[in-house]
Amino acid sequence: MHRTTITQARELLHSKKLSSVQLTEAVFARIDAVEDKVNAFAHLMREKAMEQARAADERIAKGEEHPLLGVPIALKDLICTQGSRTTCASKILDQFVAPYNATVVNRLNAAGAVIVGKTNMDEFAMGSSNENSSHQPANNPWALDRVPGGSSGGSAAAVAAHECIAALGSDTGGSIRQPAGFCGVTGLKPTYGRVSRFGLVAFASSLDQIGPITKSVADAATLMNVIGGKDPQDSTSADVTLPDFTKALHQDVKGMKLGIPKEYFTSGIQPEVEKAVQEGIRTLKSLGMETVEVSLPHLDYAVATYYIIACAEASTNLSRYDGVKYGYRSSKSDNLVNMYENTREEGFGEEVKRRIILGTFVLSSGYYDAYYLKGQQVRTLIKQDFENALEKCDVLAAPVTPYPAFKQGEKLDDPLQMYLADIYTISANLAGIPAMSIPCGFVGEENLPVGLQLMGKHFDESNLIAVGHKFQQTTDFHTKQAPL
Amino acid sequence: MKYETVIGLEVHVQINTKTKIFCSCSTEFGMPPNANTCPICLGMPGVLPVLNKQFLESAMKACLATHCTIAPMNRFARKNYFYPDLPKGYQISQFEEPLGINGYININIDGTKKRIGLTRIHMEEDAGKLIHGENLGSPGKSYVDFNRTGVPLCEVVSEPDLRSAQEARAYLGELKSILQYAEVSDCNMEEGSLRCDANISLRPEGQKEFGTRTELKNLNSFKFVQKAIEYEVDRQTRILEQGDKVIQETRLYDSDKGETFSMRSKEEAHDYRYFPDPDLVPVVLEEAWVEEIKKTIPELPEQKRERFAKEYGLPEYDAGVLTSSRELADYFEKCTSLFAKPKIISNWIMGDLLRELNKSNQEIGECPLSPEALVNLLKLIDEGVISGNIAKSVFEEMYQTGKEASVIVEEKGLKQITDDKAIDEMVEGVLQANPSQVEEYKGGKEKVLGFLVGQVMKTSKGKANPGAVNKLLKEKISKM
Ligand SMILES: [Zn+2]
Repeated sequence: MHRTTITQARELLHSKKLSSVQLTEAVFARIDAVEDKVNAFAHLMREKAMEQARAADERIAKGEEHPLLGVPIALKDLICTQGSRTTCASKILDQFVAPYNATVVNRLNAAGAVIVGKTNMDEFAMGSSNENSSHQPANNPWALDRVPGGSSGGSAAAVAAHECIAALGSDTGGSIRQPAGFCGVTGLKPTYGRVSRFGLVAFASSLDQIGPITKSVADAATLMNVIGGKDPQDSTSADVTLPDFTKALHQDVKGMKLGIPKEYFTSGIQPEVEKAVQEGIRTLKSLGMETVEVSLPHLDYAVATYYIIACAEASTNLSRYDGVKYGYRSSKSDNLVNMYENTREEGFGEEVKRRIILGTFVLSSGYYDAYYLKGQQVRTLIKQDFENALEKCDVLAAPVTPYPAFKQGEKLDDPLQMYLADIYTISANLAGIPAMSIPCGFVGEENLPVGLQLMGKHFDESNLIAVGHKFQQTTDFHTKQAPL
Repeated sequence: MKYETVIGLEVHVQINTKTKIFCSCSTEFGMPPNANTCPICLGMPGVLPVLNKQFLESAMKACLATHCTIAPMNRFARKNYFYPDLPKGYQISQFEEPLGINGYININIDGTKKRIGLTRIHMEEDAGKLIHGENLGSPGKSYVDFNRTGVPLCEVVSEPDLRSAQEARAYLGELKSILQYAEVSDCNMEEGSLRCDANISLRPEGQKEFGTRTELKNLNSFKFVQKAIEYEVDRQTRILEQGDKVIQETRLYDSDKGETFSMRSKEEAHDYRYFPDPDLVPVVLEEAWVEEIKKTIPELPEQKRERFAKEYGLPEYDAGVLTSSRELADYFEKCTSLFAKPKIISNWIMGDLLRELNKSNQEIGECPLSPEALVNLLKLIDEGVISGNIAKSVFEEMYQTGKEASVIVEEKGLKQITDDKAIDEMVEGVLQANPSQVEEYKGGKEKVLGFLVGQVMKTSKGKANPGAVNKLLKEKISKM
């Protein structure tokens, strides 16, 4: 039962073959069975979830129909839920309970979704392996000694391990797509401005987007219909019409142009991974898509640009965690300045501190022009690169990561190596375009999942959904089960 | 050596809005600590600011009223520093791209008009307030009141065009008046809705380059602005005259001692690490909108002053006093619309009315006397029903009791004696009782006539018409 997709669950629930209470119980039974191996959750919301399931059953009994009604969903632990903890996997917010819901949570509640718990992550979404967590790090359900990716590693692992039907993550530089790729599930980072950020604890405000992590592209479309759209509480959410994304599931891809950005295939990518991605591209060609080679000349600067901008924004976004109002406060201090210093020294993890320091540096007087301002200029060039490339095609295809899930601890001591895990995903955030990761093969002795990345024009998630769904109708990678 | 004083002012003005700049909390003054707060102004995780449109429009109005050019695209920036009254660890302000630039206001110094340039006007949020345990709660502890956090402010930055404490005060007065006229701020210094920082430097007369400046922070009354600047100018003069150098620093004014003291040096100054706030989109202001706002700006003090002088033939001084607030000017104009003798009205307002208001510490808005009531009194004088002297006491009683002038005159029998026979008798009596004065007058001492008029008035208990008495006396003496 817990293995169902949203689409399947909807059929079962609305035909009364299954109640939301039964489905939710099944999900919790699965969690009880595998969670100590996976560590996908920061904390569970068992009682509240059962309440929501009962309420959903009542709504179904009254004849109400909604694709998410009664469906158990998990949320990354930086999406605020009123009355329960939102920790961001940080000691500094360990006991923080928000008195408000994120806009996406209000939208899920209105749709009748059941929220089973908050998923594990890298602290404040900073990391690519889920190892920067104040909780036990999450493990990859395909190989428990490997990382699930990050920062939404818990959400991806929970979906791959069937500890929920679907999940929400957030993506600042690949934090949805990279773990989705590592865990063999579907992850969509919407266009910047498509989904409200209100109630999403900020890492880098100009890059963060909430998006779905699901067992299929069809499920991602269903979730997008619920969470997308202008929010008056988020000035950066775009006032553009929200299409019915499930319509794209019936769209033909024949004759559509698939752009292959050559810079994604030059160096550093593992041959086996490249082979799986190329195979995926061949499949899309066999569906009638035409391929064109395109170029993104400034891609080499993406990682540097990203770390300047993301860290700059993070360094000030995280200033509010000062021990004054909420969250952790060091008890050692005897004056204001060392209360600040001790609280932040003890409350933040190493990677978060590293990025705060980096961000503070690039905004400092005397360095601002050389780093932050230059970074913004290069960001504009990268954005233009993508706009030019997407004039020649409808969708871009590329790898998600240069390699499959790596071993726990393997890159922990080398931040630069860790940063390169996001090399293929970062630029979509810089450009603000939508991007999706779908399973396209398995590599190595351990049969580790590999993802194919599709990127589209601003606010054109529909074409990604159309192409991704057609791909999943012809392949079965997304239906393969992790050996748990 | 003679030194020239150079002053620039940075004025923070609270803009009148019902709600805060980025959330829907009330801006009401005097509420219990933290009553006006919500997750947004408390800077809780994940919340986002949304700009208050009413504030934006008022800020545009402030810019247009001070001849600033409105930037068609402007942007908010984060000013980063740690302090417990700043919940996000940064203040949302504007830095490189402010709302308004290159404005000016005119001030009047001893009858001469002087133009003071405005570098910029930008929008920002206010911070909260620390309350120390000695005043509330437990001693040794500090508490934060976030009611002010997110209250909308405009910062008005002048060019270094001011040359004395007197000019600085005049500038502040004119700015306050303009903003009050435009109804964008009540500029109440007691409630903190107008605060002032002053940059002060000295340079040898004739020198072009500026001297080293000090910044005086948090001057919170007109009086302190003037006194603090005067003190600081003296202090810098002494330093320079001794051949020493002024140190660039931030100073505070101790109003008890009447001195300024150092708060922090330039080296200790913050690096605020300004950068564009990614949570807010650029503010794009289309011309049509700016034009629409322009239409809502009423006549401003300077225009009104000039119009009063011209249209009503008033001396410049009168026009200045009457336009010092929009309410007072309106009061005056209401009177003139009912009684077309502006100078008489002006005299009464500037004299008796303002004196009574000052005595009872009231604003013109609280004046118990309506323009109609005042005009009715003035008409009684004009029609010869009562004398000007009697009118003064009638006015006082009107102010105290709120009674109509005609009622008081009737009740107390204050009507002028218009019975010619009665006046004739009184004049006759006075002439007979003062033969020597009559002789003096006849001998050319014209001043004596005043004495004789006074005697008649005394006999009539003030109720005789002095003009008529005057005329009658002259007639009778010439026949003697
Ligand atoms: Zn508020």
